[in-house]
Amino acid sequence: MLNYIWFGMMFIAVITGIVNGTIEAVTQAAIDMAKVAVELAIGLIGIMALWLGVMKIAEKAGLMSLIAKVVKPITVRLFPDVPPDHPAMGSIVMNMSANMLGLGNAATPLGLKAMEELQQLNPNKDTASNAMVMFLAINTSSVQLILPATVVALMGMAASEIFLTTILATTCSTITAVIMVRWLEKRKRFALESDS
Amino acid sequence: MIESIIGSLNAGSKYIIPLLLVGIPFYGLAVKKVKVYEVFVEGAKDGFTIAVRIIPYLVAILVAIGMFRASGALDVLLGWLAPVLSFFGFPAENFPLAVMRPLSGSGSLGLLTDLVNEYGADSIQAKIGATMYGSSETTFYVLAVYFGSVGIVKSRHALAAGLTADAVGAMSAVFFCLLLLA
Repeated sequence: MLNYIWFGMMFIAVITGIVNGTIEAVTQAAIDMAKVAVELAIGLIGIMALWLGVMKIAEKAGLMSLIAKVVKPITVRLFPDVPPDHPAMGSIVMNMSANMLGLGNAATPLGLKAMEELQQLNPNKDTASNAMVMFLAINTSSVQLILPATVVALMGMAASEIFLTTILATTCSTITAVIMVRWLEKRKRFALESDS
Repeated sequence: MIESIIGSLNAGSKYIIPLLLVGIPFYGLAVKKVKVYEVFVEGAKDGFTIAVRIIPYLVAILVAIGMFRASGALDVLLGWLAPVLSFFGFPAENFPLAVMRPLSGSGSLGLLTDLVNEYGADSIQAKIGATMYGSSETTFYVLAVYFGSVGIVKSRHALAAGLTADAVGAMSAVFFCLLLLA
């Protein structure tokens, strides 16, 4: 699916660029964004190192499996393929908590740590496992209790009014994500080779 | 009531990171006798490799989205879809943001800023927009970074599930704002 969407976006962009006369802007955007991508990745190094270091301490101290145990009743349902006391569960929970509290900077390193641990359990290293897709879908649908600082700054006093609507909307989208993942993972189109 | 909850949540959130940064090593050192400095450095080493590993995935995704945005194709698409959407009661002013949200974080923040400047922060358009922005993530970016960091190229149903959830999130934002705030 990503193959078609990725190509489709560039194809449509070039066609529209030719028809609308925006082709120079399209070229410029391609060059600029390639640069931005590297800058974003390089900018992650410091914060990644910081959180991965702290997480390693948490892991060595047995905190990750402790956290995994506490939330076992929920996580075993969402991630049936992951052993309930596996450190991946601890990282997943830490990532979700960071997201809920609006700690975007901490959430990404924690999420990547969780991905790395899920990858260790994954038999096909180039293909996403069911647990990885579930984790990603929950992440992209963003369960948040605290509004992003940018929204609070923009909205001023009105920010307090959208607190409840944001929680309701994000709950709907997260529930949809979980249901969709569960439903789609069994479809032939998306099934793992070992299942079919 | 809600204001005081938000106030205390936001006031508390600034303490979370420093408390974690000091609390985790404290627990390791005091309770489990972990050599915290050595272990920290060992873990931190992965920061560089992971960040570098996501570069090709990020370049692929961001370049495609950047080209798409720069071409103006989005405006053409929105022009076609506007009559259909207004038929279903989806406010036309909020549609560009709903489409932009999974594609680009900075792009959707720009659109939200436009809504606030044009209609005011108290308007229903701005409230719907802010709810959409706050209740969703930049799906394509998260997919590239998370899967890229471990070398996953076959993303299976991740995008289909993520985009459906984004669509439902955007519709819920409209629904709840019109229900509760209009």
